[in-house]
Amino acid sequence: MILVVLENQRGNIHPFSIEAVAAGQRFASELNFDLAILCMGEKVDELKNQAQAFKASKLITAKNSMIDMYSADGYSKVLSDIINELSPKYVLMGHSYMVRDFLPRVSAKLNIPFVSDIISVDFNNGSPLYSKQVFNAKLATSIELSSDQALLSFQSAAFSSDDIENGAPETELEFDVQLSDQDIRSDSEPEFQESSSGVDLTAAELIVSVGRGIESEDNLPTMQSLADSMGAEVASSRPVVDMGWLPAYRQVGSSGQVVSPKLYFSVGISGAIQHVVGMKGSKNILAINKDEDAPIFEIADYAVVGDLMEIVPKLTEEINKSK
Amino acid sequence: MKIAVLTKAIPSYESSIRVDSSGKWIDESVVNYVVNESDSYALEEALQIKESIGNEPEVVVVTLGSEANTSKVIKDGLAKGADRGIFINNESSTTDPLTIAKLFSEHLKSENFDIVFSGLQSDDMGAGQTGVLIGEMLNMSTATLAIETQAESSKIKVKRELESGWFQWVTLPLPASISIQSGINEPRYPSLKGIMGAKRKELNIFDASPENQSQNFVNLYVPKNEKVTEKIEGDVDTVVSKIMDVLKNKLKVI
Repeated sequence: MILVVLENQRGNIHPFSIEAVAAGQRFASELNFDLAILCMGEKVDELKNQAQAFKASKLITAKNSMIDMYSADGYSKVLSDIINELSPKYVLMGHSYMVRDFLPRVSAKLNIPFVSDIISVDFNNGSPLYSKQVFNAKLATSIELSSDQALLSFQSAAFSSDDIENGAPETELEFDVQLSDQDIRSDSEPEFQESSSGVDLTAAELIVSVGRGIESEDNLPTMQSLADSMGAEVASSRPVVDMGWLPAYRQVGSSGQVVSPKLYFSVGISGAIQHVVGMKGSKNILAINKDEDAPIFEIADYAVVGDLMEIVPKLTEEINKSK
Repeated sequence: MKIAVLTKAIPSYESSIRVDSSGKWIDESVVNYVVNESDSYALEEALQIKESIGNEPEVVVVTLGSEANTSKVIKDGLAKGADRGIFINNESSTTDPLTIAKLFSEHLKSENFDIVFSGLQSDDMGAGQTGVLIGEMLNMSTATLAIETQAESSKIKVKRELESGWFQWVTLPLPASISIQSGINEPRYPSLKGIMGAKRKELNIFDASPENQSQNFVNLYVPKNEKVTEKIEGDVDTVVSKIMDVLKNKLKVI
Protein backbone atom coordinates (compact mmCIF):
# COMPACT_ATOMS: atom_id res chain seq x y z
CA MET A 1 0.00 0.00 0.00
CA ILE A 2 1.00 3.60 -0.73
CA LEU A 3 -0.24 5.96 2.01
CA VAL A 4 -0.65 9.67 1.31
CA VAL A 5 -1.19 11.85 4.37
CA LEU A 6 -3.16 15.07 3.83
CA GLU A 7 -2.42 18.25 5.72
CA ASN A 8 -5.09 20.78 6.60
CA GLN A 9 -4.11 24.36 5.90
CA ARG A 10 -6.71 26.53 7.57
CA GLY A 11 -9.70 24.70 6.14
CA ASN A 12 -8.31 23.47 2.83
CA ILE A 13 -6.08 20.64 1.76
CA HIS A 14 -2.54 22.04 1.72
CA PRO A 15 -1.40 22.57 -1.91
CA PHE A 16 1.66 20.39 -1.21
CA SER A 17 -0.70 17.59 -0.10
CA ILE A 18 -2.60 17.76 -3.38
CA GLU A 19 0.70 17.26 -5.18
CA ALA A 20 1.41 14.37 -2.80
CA VAL A 21 -1.86 12.76 -3.97
CA ALA A 22 -0.59 13.08 -7.56
CA ALA A 23 2.64 11.44 -6.38
CA GLY A 24 0.68 8.69 -4.62
CA GLN A 25 -1.36 7.85 -7.73
CA ARG A 26 1.84 7.70 -9.77
CA PHE A 27 3.62 5.48 -7.18
CA ALA A 28 0.58 3.19 -7.03
CA SER A 29 0.47 2.72 -10.81
CA GLU A 30 4.25 2.49 -11.38
CA LEU A 31 4.86 0.06 -8.53
CA ASN A 32 1.50 -1.72 -8.60
CA PHE A 33 0.21 -0.89 -5.12
CA ASP A 34 -3.13 0.18 -3.70
CA LEU A 35 -3.42 3.84 -2.78
CA ALA A 36 -4.79 4.95 0.58
CA ILE A 37 -5.34 8.58 1.55
CA LEU A 38 -5.27 9.55 5.22
CA CYS A 39 -7.12 12.51 6.73
CA MET A 40 -6.10 13.14 10.31
CA GLY A 41 -6.31 15.75 13.00
CA GLU A 42 -7.74 19.18 12.59
CA LYS A 43 -11.17 19.54 10.97
CA VAL A 44 -10.90 16.08 9.58
CA ASP A 45 -14.40 16.13 8.06
CA GLU A 46 -13.51 19.13 5.88
CA LEU A 47 -10.47 17.30 4.62
CA LYS A 48 -12.47 14.15 4.04
CA ASN A 49 -15.05 16.00 1.94
CA GLN A 50 -12.39 17.49 -0.26
CA ALA A 51 -10.55 14.16 -0.57
CA GLN A 52 -13.67 12.53 -2.07
CA ALA A 53 -12.54 13.93 -5.42
CA PHE A 54 -9.43 11.76 -5.66
CA LYS A 55 -9.30 8.31 -7.19
CA ALA A 56 -7.95 5.92 -4.53
CA SER A 57 -8.56 2.48 -3.07
CA LYS A 58 -9.18 3.69 0.43
CA LEU A 59 -9.92 6.84 2.39
CA ILE A 60 -8.84 6.63 6.01
CA THR A 61 -9.86 9.07 8.71
CA ALA A 62 -8.23 9.41 12.11
CA LYS A 63 -10.28 11.55 14.44
CA ASN A 64 -9.72 12.44 18.07
CA SER A 65 -10.21 15.69 19.97
CA MET A 66 -6.63 15.47 21.22
CA ILE A 67 -5.33 15.95 17.70
CA ASP A 68 -7.85 18.62 16.72
CA MET A 69 -4.93 20.96 17.16
CA TYR A 70 -1.62 19.97 15.63
CA SER A 71 1.17 18.76 17.89
CA ALA A 72 4.34 16.90 16.95
CA ASP A 73 3.70 14.41 19.77
CA GLY A 74 0.08 13.72 18.78
CA TYR A 75 0.56 13.52 15.04
CA SER A 76 3.68 11.36 15.25
CA LYS A 77 2.02 8.93 17.66
CA VAL A 78 -1.14 8.54 15.57
CA LEU A 79 0.67 8.22 12.24
CA SER A 80 3.11 5.69 13.75
CA ASP A 81 0.19 3.61 15.02
CA ILE A 82 -1.44 3.71 11.58
CA ILE A 83 1.81 2.68 9.85
CA ASN A 84 2.24 -0.16 12.33
CA GLU A 85 -1.24 -1.43 11.65
CA LEU A 86 -1.41 -1.00 7.87
CA SER A 87 2.28 -1.52 6.94
CA PRO A 88 2.34 0.82 3.92
CA LYS A 89 5.37 0.44 1.67
CA TYR A 90 5.70 4.21 1.25
CA VAL A 91 4.21 7.09 3.23
CA LEU A 92 4.01 10.27 1.13
CA MET A 93 3.58 13.89 2.19
CA GLY A 94 4.39 17.37 0.89
CA HIS A 95 7.55 18.90 2.35
CA SER A 96 5.74 21.49 4.45
CA TYR A 97 6.85 23.07 7.71
CA MET A 98 4.47 20.77 9.58
CA VAL A 99 5.98 17.69 7.98
CA ARG A 100 9.46 18.89 8.93
CA ASP A 101 8.17 19.30 12.48
CA PHE A 102 6.75 15.84 13.10
CA LEU A 103 7.68 13.30 10.40
CA PRO A 104 11.27 12.78 11.68
CA ARG A 105 9.69 11.64 14.99
CA VAL A 106 7.82 8.92 13.09
CA SER A 107 11.07 7.93 11.36
CA ALA A 108 12.84 7.58 14.71
CA LYS A 109 9.93 5.80 16.44
CA LEU A 110 9.61 3.16 13.70
CA ASN A 111 13.23 3.10 12.48
CA ILE A 112 12.01 3.80 8.93
CA PRO A 113 14.13 6.15 6.80
CA PHE A 114 12.71 9.54 5.86
CA VAL A 115 13.87 11.01 2.53
CA SER A 116 12.90 14.66 2.77
CA ASP A 117 12.44 17.41 0.18
CA ILE A 118 12.55 15.17 -2.92
CA ILE A 119 12.49 17.05 -6.25
CA SER A 120 11.95 14.09 -8.59
CA VAL A 121 11.58 10.32 -8.68
CA ASP A 122 13.00 7.91 -11.25
CA PHE A 123 10.92 4.74 -10.90
CA ASN A 124 13.78 2.74 -12.41
CA ASN A 125 11.84 -0.51 -13.07
CA GLY A 126 10.61 -0.81 -9.52
CA SER A 127 13.70 0.32 -7.57
CA PRO A 128 13.01 4.05 -7.29
CA LEU A 129 15.77 6.65 -7.18
CA TYR A 130 15.00 9.88 -5.37
CA SER A 131 16.63 13.18 -6.36
CA LYS A 132 17.32 15.91 -3.87
CA GLN A 133 19.00 19.28 -4.05
CA VAL A 134 22.12 19.54 -1.89
CA PHE A 135 24.77 22.17 -1.14
CA ASN A 136 22.26 25.00 -1.37
CA ALA A 137 20.93 23.70 -4.70
CA LYS A 138 24.35 23.95 -6.33
CA LEU A 139 24.31 20.14 -6.77
CA ALA A 140 21.78 17.33 -6.71
CA THR A 141 22.06 13.76 -5.46
CA SER A 142 20.23 10.51 -6.17
CA ILE A 143 19.30 8.31 -3.25
CA GLU A 144 18.34 4.64 -3.31
CA LEU A 145 16.80 2.85 -0.35
CA SER A 146 17.52 -0.59 1.03
CA SER A 147 14.69 -0.57 3.60
CA ASP A 148 11.32 -2.29 3.26
CA GLN A 149 9.44 0.90 4.03
CA ALA A 150 10.11 4.62 3.69
CA LEU A 151 8.72 8.04 4.51
CA LEU A 152 8.99 10.47 1.61
CA SER A 153 8.30 14.20 1.39
CA PHE A 154 8.20 16.17 -1.85
CA GLN A 155 9.25 19.69 -2.65
CA SER A 156 6.50 21.74 -4.27
CA ALA A 157 6.13 21.01 -8.00
CA ALA A 158 7.95 17.63 -7.79
CA PHE A 159 4.57 16.28 -8.90
CA SER A 160 1.80 18.30 -10.51
CA SER A 161 -1.76 18.54 -9.24
CA ASP A 162 -2.78 18.70 -12.93
CA ASP A 163 -1.95 15.00 -13.18
CA ILE A 164 -4.41 13.94 -10.51
CA GLU A 165 -6.89 11.31 -11.57
CA ASN A 166 -10.24 12.33 -10.25
CA GLY A 167 -12.74 9.82 -9.02
CA ALA A 168 -13.62 8.70 -5.54
CA PRO A 169 -12.11 6.43 -2.91
CA GLU A 170 -13.50 2.91 -3.25
CA THR A 171 -13.72 2.19 0.47
CA GLU A 172 -13.57 4.11 3.70
CA LEU A 173 -11.97 3.23 7.01
CA GLU A 174 -12.14 5.00 10.33
CA PHE A 175 -8.98 4.39 12.30
CA ASP A 176 -9.43 3.89 16.03
CA VAL A 177 -7.12 6.54 17.53
CA GLN A 178 -5.57 5.64 20.87
CA LEU A 179 -4.21 8.68 22.71
CA SER A 180 -3.87 9.55 26.36
CA ASP A 181 -3.07 12.84 28.10
CA GLN A 182 0.55 11.82 28.65
CA ASP A 183 1.13 11.38 24.93
CA ILE A 184 1.00 15.09 24.21
CA ARG A 185 3.53 17.03 26.22
CA SER A 186 3.42 20.39 24.47
CA ASP A 187 0.86 23.15 24.85
CA SER A 188 0.11 24.98 21.57
CA GLU A 189 -1.51 28.39 21.28
CA PRO A 190 -3.59 29.45 18.27
CA GLU A 191 -1.74 30.35 15.08
CA PHE A 192 -1.50 34.06 14.30
CA GLN A 193 -0.23 36.47 11.63
CA GLU A 194 1.97 39.41 12.42
CA SER A 195 1.73 43.00 11.15
CA SER A 196 -1.04 43.26 8.61
CA SER A 197 0.66 46.47 7.42
CA GLY A 198 2.77 44.36 5.08
CA VAL A 199 2.87 44.53 1.32
CA ASP A 200 0.96 41.99 -0.72
CA LEU A 201 3.72 40.89 -3.06
CA THR A 202 1.46 38.21 -4.49
CA ALA A 203 -0.49 40.92 -6.32
CA ALA A 204 2.59 42.62 -7.81
CA GLU A 205 3.08 42.38 -11.58
CA LEU A 206 6.74 43.35 -11.39
CA ILE A 207 9.15 42.52 -8.60
CA VAL A 208 12.76 43.55 -8.10
CA SER A 209 14.13 41.12 -5.55
CA VAL A 210 17.45 41.56 -3.80
CA GLY A 211 19.74 39.02 -2.14
CA ARG A 212 22.87 39.12 -0.10
CA GLY A 213 24.83 39.69 -3.32
CA ILE A 214 24.02 43.40 -2.97
CA GLU A 215 26.63 43.16 -0.22
CA SER A 216 25.62 46.18 1.83
CA GLU A 217 22.55 47.92 3.17
CA ASP A 218 24.00 51.06 1.59
CA ASN A 219 23.27 49.60 -1.85
CA LEU A 220 19.54 49.25 -1.16
CA PRO A 221 18.60 52.74 -2.44
CA THR A 222 20.18 51.83 -5.80
CA MET A 223 17.95 48.76 -6.00
CA GLN A 224 14.92 50.77 -4.87
CA SER A 225 15.59 53.22 -7.73
CA LEU A 226 15.60 50.38 -10.23
CA ALA A 227 12.27 49.16 -8.83
CA ASP A 228 10.82 52.69 -8.93
CA SER A 229 11.89 53.16 -12.55
CA MET A 230 9.78 50.13 -13.54
CA GLY A 231 7.00 50.62 -11.02
CA ALA A 232 8.01 47.35 -9.35
CA GLU A 233 7.74 46.21 -5.73
CA VAL A 234 10.96 45.46 -3.86
CA ALA A 235 11.26 41.98 -2.42
CA SER A 236 14.15 39.99 -1.00
CA SER A 237 15.54 36.62 -0.03
CA ARG A 238 15.79 35.59 3.59
CA PRO A 239 19.39 36.67 4.41
CA VAL A 240 18.51 40.29 3.60
CA VAL A 241 15.68 40.15 6.14
CA ASP A 242 17.83 38.33 8.69
CA MET A 243 20.41 41.10 8.46
CA GLY A 244 17.68 43.65 9.07
CA TRP A 245 18.06 45.42 5.73
CA LEU A 246 14.40 44.93 4.78
CA PRO A 247 11.27 44.06 6.81
CA ALA A 248 10.08 40.43 6.90
CA TYR A 249 6.96 41.19 4.84
CA ARG A 250 9.20 41.80 1.81
CA GLN A 251 10.55 38.26 1.95
CA VAL A 252 9.85 35.74 -0.81
CA GLY A 253 10.32 32.05 -0.11
CA SER A 254 9.08 29.17 1.98
CA SER A 255 8.88 31.31 5.10
CA GLY A 256 7.76 34.41 3.23
CA GLN A 257 5.38 35.06 0.37
CA VAL A 258 4.88 32.91 -2.72
CA VAL A 259 4.76 35.11 -5.80
CA SER A 260 4.16 34.71 -9.54
CA PRO A 261 4.65 38.13 -11.16
CA LYS A 262 4.99 38.83 -14.85
CA LEU A 263 8.66 39.62 -14.23
CA TYR A 264 10.81 38.59 -11.29
CA PHE A 265 13.98 40.65 -11.57
CA SER A 266 16.43 38.97 -9.22
CA VAL A 267 19.52 40.89 -8.15
CA GLY A 268 22.31 39.19 -6.20
CA ILE A 269 20.20 36.18 -5.21
CA SER A 270 21.97 32.82 -5.39
CA GLY A 271 18.76 30.76 -5.52
CA ALA A 272 18.68 28.57 -2.42
CA ILE A 273 15.77 26.10 -2.40
CA GLN A 274 13.95 28.00 0.34
CA HIS A 275 13.85 31.07 -1.87
CA VAL A 276 13.16 29.36 -5.17
CA VAL A 277 9.98 27.65 -3.94
CA GLY A 278 8.56 31.14 -3.43
CA MET A 279 9.21 32.49 -6.93
CA LYS A 280 9.66 29.72 -9.45
CA GLY A 281 6.09 30.23 -10.64
CA SER A 282 7.02 33.68 -12.01
CA LYS A 283 6.14 34.10 -15.70
CA ASN A 284 9.60 35.50 -16.47
CA ILE A 285 12.75 35.46 -14.38
CA LEU A 286 15.70 37.72 -15.06
CA ALA A 287 18.69 37.16 -12.78
CA ILE A 288 21.86 39.13 -12.25
CA ASN A 289 24.58 37.43 -10.22
CA LYS A 290 28.36 37.57 -10.29
CA ASP A 291 28.65 33.80 -9.69
CA GLU A 292 28.01 31.96 -12.95
CA ASP A 293 27.30 28.77 -10.98
CA ALA A 294 24.52 30.37 -8.93
CA PRO A 295 21.52 27.98 -8.95
CA ILE A 296 19.15 30.87 -9.75
CA PHE A 297 20.42 30.64 -13.35
CA GLU A 298 18.91 27.16 -13.67
CA ILE A 299 15.42 28.60 -13.47
CA ALA A 300 16.12 31.98 -15.08
CA ASP A 301 14.80 32.93 -18.50
CA TYR A 302 17.45 35.62 -18.79
CA ALA A 303 20.83 35.20 -17.11
CA VAL A 304 23.24 38.06 -16.57
CA VAL A 305 26.62 37.19 -15.06
CA GLY A 306 28.13 40.44 -13.91
CA ASP A 307 28.65 43.12 -11.32
CA LEU A 308 25.25 44.33 -10.23
CA MET A 309 26.56 47.63 -8.87
CA GLU A 310 27.85 48.47 -12.35
CA ILE A 311 24.78 47.25 -14.23
CA VAL A 312 21.87 48.38 -12.05
CA PRO A 313 22.57 52.17 -11.92
CA LYS A 314 23.10 52.34 -15.69
CA LEU A 315 20.01 50.29 -16.38
CA THR A 316 17.92 52.52 -14.10
CA GLU A 317 19.19 55.56 -15.96
CA GLU A 318 18.29 54.01 -19.32
CA ILE A 319 14.80 53.03 -18.16
CA ASN A 320 14.17 56.55 -16.85
CA LYS A 321 15.44 58.04 -20.12
CA SER A 322 13.14 55.83 -22.18
CA LYS A 323 10.01 57.18 -20.52
CA MET B 1 20.48 23.30 33.42
CA LYS B 2 22.50 21.72 30.62
CA ILE B 3 22.17 22.88 27.03
CA ALA B 4 23.67 21.04 24.04
CA VAL B 5 24.14 22.90 20.77
CA LEU B 6 24.56 20.76 17.67
CA THR B 7 26.79 22.40 15.09
CA LYS B 8 28.03 21.22 11.74
CA ALA B 9 30.92 22.22 9.49
CA ILE B 10 29.70 22.97 5.97
CA PRO B 11 31.30 24.53 2.90
CA SER B 12 31.24 28.32 3.12
CA TYR B 13 28.74 30.17 0.99
CA GLU B 14 31.51 31.45 -1.31
CA SER B 15 33.22 28.07 -1.73
CA SER B 16 33.42 26.49 -5.13
CA ILE B 17 31.41 23.26 -5.04
CA ARG B 18 32.62 20.64 -7.53
CA VAL B 19 31.95 16.94 -7.77
CA ASP B 20 35.13 14.92 -7.13
CA SER B 21 36.47 12.08 -9.27
CA SER B 22 34.45 9.44 -7.36
CA GLY B 23 31.24 11.16 -8.49
CA LYS B 24 29.85 10.66 -5.00
CA TRP B 25 31.20 13.60 -3.03
CA ILE B 26 32.60 17.09 -3.48
CA ASP B 27 36.22 18.04 -3.95
CA GLU B 28 36.97 19.07 -0.37
CA SER B 29 40.44 20.37 -1.18
CA VAL B 30 39.00 23.57 -2.69
CA VAL B 31 36.39 24.11 0.00
CA ASN B 32 36.59 26.32 3.07
CA TYR B 33 34.58 24.80 5.94
CA VAL B 34 32.63 27.08 8.27
CA VAL B 35 29.88 26.73 10.89
CA ASN B 36 26.47 26.07 9.34
CA GLU B 37 24.57 29.37 9.41
CA SER B 38 21.53 28.41 11.49
CA ASP B 39 23.78 26.52 13.94
CA SER B 40 25.56 29.74 14.87
CA TYR B 41 22.15 31.24 15.72
CA ALA B 42 21.45 28.14 17.84
CA LEU B 43 24.70 28.63 19.77
CA GLU B 44 23.95 32.31 20.33
CA GLU B 45 20.48 31.44 21.66
CA ALA B 46 22.03 28.99 24.15
CA LEU B 47 24.63 31.52 25.28
CA GLN B 48 21.94 34.18 25.78
CA ILE B 49 19.86 31.78 27.89
CA LYS B 50 22.97 31.00 29.95
CA GLU B 51 23.66 34.69 30.52
CA SER B 52 20.05 35.52 31.31
CA ILE B 53 19.81 32.96 34.08
CA GLY B 54 22.90 33.86 36.06
CA ASN B 55 25.45 31.92 34.04
CA GLU B 56 24.28 28.77 35.78
CA PRO B 57 23.47 26.65 32.69
CA GLU B 58 26.27 24.70 31.09
CA VAL B 59 26.50 25.07 27.30
CA VAL B 60 28.09 22.17 25.44
CA VAL B 61 28.90 22.45 21.76
CA VAL B 62 28.51 19.10 19.96
CA THR B 63 29.58 18.24 16.46
CA LEU B 64 29.90 15.23 14.19
CA GLY B 65 32.11 15.02 11.14
CA SER B 66 35.62 14.48 9.94
CA GLU B 67 38.44 15.90 12.03
CA ALA B 68 39.90 18.00 9.20
CA ASN B 69 36.65 19.87 8.55
CA THR B 70 35.19 20.00 12.00
CA SER B 71 37.93 20.98 14.47
CA LYS B 72 37.48 24.66 13.58
CA VAL B 73 33.78 24.48 14.37
CA ILE B 74 34.34 23.18 17.89
CA LYS B 75 37.05 25.79 18.54
CA ASP B 76 34.74 28.52 17.31
CA GLY B 77 31.98 27.38 19.68
CA LEU B 78 34.31 27.22 22.68
CA ALA B 79 35.80 30.61 21.82
CA LYS B 80 32.35 32.18 21.69
CA GLY B 81 31.55 30.94 25.18
CA ALA B 82 30.50 27.28 25.22
CA ASP B 83 31.82 25.57 28.37
CA ARG B 84 33.00 22.37 26.77
CA GLY B 85 32.84 20.36 23.58
CA ILE B 86 31.88 16.90 22.36
CA PHE B 87 33.29 15.80 19.03
CA ILE B 88 32.01 12.65 17.35
CA ASN B 89 34.59 11.74 14.75
CA ASN B 90 32.89 10.31 11.66
CA GLU B 91 35.00 10.19 8.52
CA SER B 92 32.07 9.09 6.34
CA SER B 93 30.54 12.10 4.62
CA THR B 94 27.39 10.38 3.38
CA THR B 95 25.91 9.03 6.60
CA ASP B 96 22.11 9.17 6.44
CA PRO B 97 19.96 11.24 8.86
CA LEU B 98 18.68 8.32 10.94
CA THR B 99 22.22 6.98 11.45
CA ILE B 100 23.59 10.43 12.30
CA ALA B 101 20.85 10.89 14.91
CA LYS B 102 21.62 7.46 16.42
CA LEU B 103 25.30 8.39 16.74
CA PHE B 104 24.44 11.67 18.45
CA SER B 105 21.88 10.04 20.73
CA GLU B 106 24.26 7.29 21.78
CA HIS B 107 26.83 9.85 22.95
CA LEU B 108 24.39 12.40 24.39
CA LYS B 109 22.13 10.02 26.32
CA SER B 110 24.15 9.84 29.54
CA GLU B 111 24.57 13.62 29.58
CA ASN B 112 20.86 14.14 30.30
CA PHE B 113 20.66 17.49 28.56
CA ASP B 114 17.66 19.69 29.42
CA ILE B 115 17.73 21.44 26.06
CA VAL B 116 19.19 20.42 22.71
CA PHE B 117 19.41 23.26 20.20
CA SER B 118 20.22 22.70 16.53
CA GLY B 119 20.04 24.78 13.36
CA LEU B 120 16.91 24.07 11.35
CA GLN B 121 18.90 22.41 8.59
CA SER B 122 22.43 22.14 7.29
CA ASP B 123 23.34 23.94 4.09
CA ASP B 124 25.05 20.84 2.69
CA MET B 125 22.78 17.77 2.63
CA GLY B 126 19.88 19.74 4.03
CA ALA B 127 17.72 16.90 5.36
CA GLY B 128 16.56 19.08 8.26
CA GLN B 129 15.81 16.11 10.49
CA THR B 130 18.61 15.70 13.05
CA GLY B 131 17.19 17.76 15.94
CA VAL B 132 13.76 16.14 15.77
CA LEU B 133 15.14 12.60 15.33
CA ILE B 134 17.34 13.03 18.41
CA GLY B 135 14.40 14.46 20.34
CA GLU B 136 12.40 11.31 19.69
CA MET B 137 15.34 8.99 20.40
CA LEU B 138 16.07 10.70 23.74
CA ASN B 139 12.37 10.94 24.64
CA MET B 140 12.30 14.74 24.54
CA SER B 141 9.57 17.08 23.39
CA THR B 142 10.41 18.82 20.10
CA ALA B 143 9.74 21.97 18.13
CA THR B 144 11.20 23.31 14.90
CA LEU B 145 11.87 26.67 13.24
CA ALA B 146 12.02 28.62 16.51
CA ILE B 147 12.33 32.37 16.04
CA GLU B 148 12.07 33.29 19.74
CA THR B 149 12.56 31.31 22.94
CA GLN B 150 11.75 31.91 26.61
CA ALA B 151 13.46 29.32 28.81
CA GLU B 152 12.52 28.60 32.42
CA SER B 153 13.73 25.92 34.81
CA SER B 154 11.28 23.21 33.75
CA LYS B 155 9.87 24.43 30.45
CA ILE B 156 10.62 26.45 27.37
CA LYS B 157 8.23 28.61 25.38
CA VAL B 158 9.00 28.79 21.68
CA LYS B 159 7.64 30.99 18.92
CA ARG B 160 7.48 28.76 15.85
CA GLU B 161 7.57 30.06 12.33
CA LEU B 162 4.82 28.53 10.17
CA GLU B 163 4.36 29.02 6.44
CA SER B 164 3.33 32.24 4.66
CA GLY B 165 3.85 34.65 7.55
CA TRP B 166 1.98 32.69 10.26
CA PHE B 167 3.38 31.96 13.73
CA GLN B 168 2.53 29.93 16.80
CA TRP B 169 3.64 29.86 20.43
CA VAL B 170 4.26 26.39 21.83
CA THR B 171 5.27 25.58 25.40
CA LEU B 172 7.34 22.44 25.84
CA PRO B 173 8.28 20.71 29.06
CA LEU B 174 12.00 20.00 29.44
CA PRO B 175 13.87 18.08 28.24
CA ALA B 176 13.27 19.49 24.76
CA SER B 177 15.03 19.45 21.41
CA ILE B 178 14.43 22.61 19.40
CA SER B 179 15.63 23.62 15.96
CA ILE B 180 16.47 27.28 15.50
CA GLN B 181 15.63 29.42 12.47
CA SER B 182 18.23 31.86 11.13
CA GLY B 183 17.72 35.46 12.19
CA ILE B 184 16.52 34.70 15.74
CA ASN B 185 19.33 36.78 17.30
CA GLU B 186 22.66 38.40 16.43
CA PRO B 187 25.43 35.84 16.74
CA ARG B 188 28.48 37.19 18.54
CA TYR B 189 32.07 37.09 17.36
CA PRO B 190 34.58 35.34 19.58
CA SER B 191 36.67 37.69 21.73
CA LEU B 192 40.45 37.41 21.89
CA LYS B 193 40.09 36.29 25.50
CA GLY B 194 37.57 33.68 24.38
CA ILE B 195 39.90 32.39 21.69
CA MET B 196 42.77 32.07 24.18
CA GLY B 197 40.52 30.46 26.81
CA ALA B 198 39.09 27.92 24.34
CA LYS B 199 42.33 25.95 24.36
CA ARG B 200 41.92 25.10 28.05
CA LYS B 201 38.32 23.93 27.76
CA GLU B 202 37.36 20.27 27.96
CA LEU B 203 36.83 18.43 24.68
CA ASN B 204 35.59 14.82 24.63
CA ILE B 205 36.27 12.93 21.44
CA PHE B 206 34.45 9.78 20.38
CA ASP B 207 35.09 7.67 17.32
CA ALA B 208 31.98 6.76 15.39
CA SER B 209 31.58 3.78 13.15
CA PRO B 210 28.22 4.16 11.39
CA GLU B 211 26.24 0.95 11.10
CA ASN B 212 24.59 -0.14 7.86
CA GLN B 213 22.29 2.58 6.70
CA SER B 214 19.25 2.41 4.46
CA GLN B 215 19.74 5.62 2.44
CA ASN B 216 22.48 5.17 -0.11
CA PHE B 217 23.73 8.28 -1.90
CA VAL B 218 24.28 6.97 -5.42
CA ASN B 219 25.87 10.03 -7.00
CA LEU B 220 26.25 13.79 -6.94
CA TYR B 221 25.67 15.82 -10.08
CA VAL B 222 25.17 19.31 -11.42
CA PRO B 223 21.42 19.80 -11.87
CA LYS B 224 20.19 20.01 -15.42
CA ASN B 225 18.80 23.29 -16.53
CA GLU B 226 15.18 22.60 -17.41
CA LYS B 227 14.53 26.00 -18.87
CA VAL B 228 15.84 27.62 -22.01
CA THR B 229 17.96 30.35 -20.52
CA GLU B 230 19.06 33.25 -22.65
CA LYS B 231 22.50 34.45 -21.58
CA ILE B 232 23.03 38.18 -21.63
CA GLU B 233 26.73 38.83 -22.03
CA GLY B 234 29.18 41.59 -22.93
CA ASP B 235 30.53 44.78 -21.39
CA VAL B 236 28.30 46.81 -19.09
CA ASP B 237 26.85 48.98 -21.87
CA THR B 238 26.05 45.98 -24.03
CA VAL B 239 24.45 44.13 -21.11
CA VAL B 240 22.34 47.17 -20.22
CA SER B 241 21.11 47.65 -23.79
CA LYS B 242 20.29 43.93 -24.08
CA ILE B 243 18.32 44.04 -20.82
CA MET B 244 16.52 47.14 -22.13
CA ASP B 245 15.54 45.18 -25.24
CA VAL B 246 14.15 42.36 -23.10
CA LEU B 247 12.18 44.68 -20.82
CA LYS B 248 10.86 46.86 -23.60
CA ASN B 249 10.33 44.64 -26.61
CA LYS B 250 10.08 41.08 -25.36
CA LEU B 251 8.33 41.44 -22.02
CA LYS B 252 6.83 44.88 -22.65
CA VAL B 253 7.05 45.82 -18.99
CA ILE B 254 8.47 49.32 -19.47
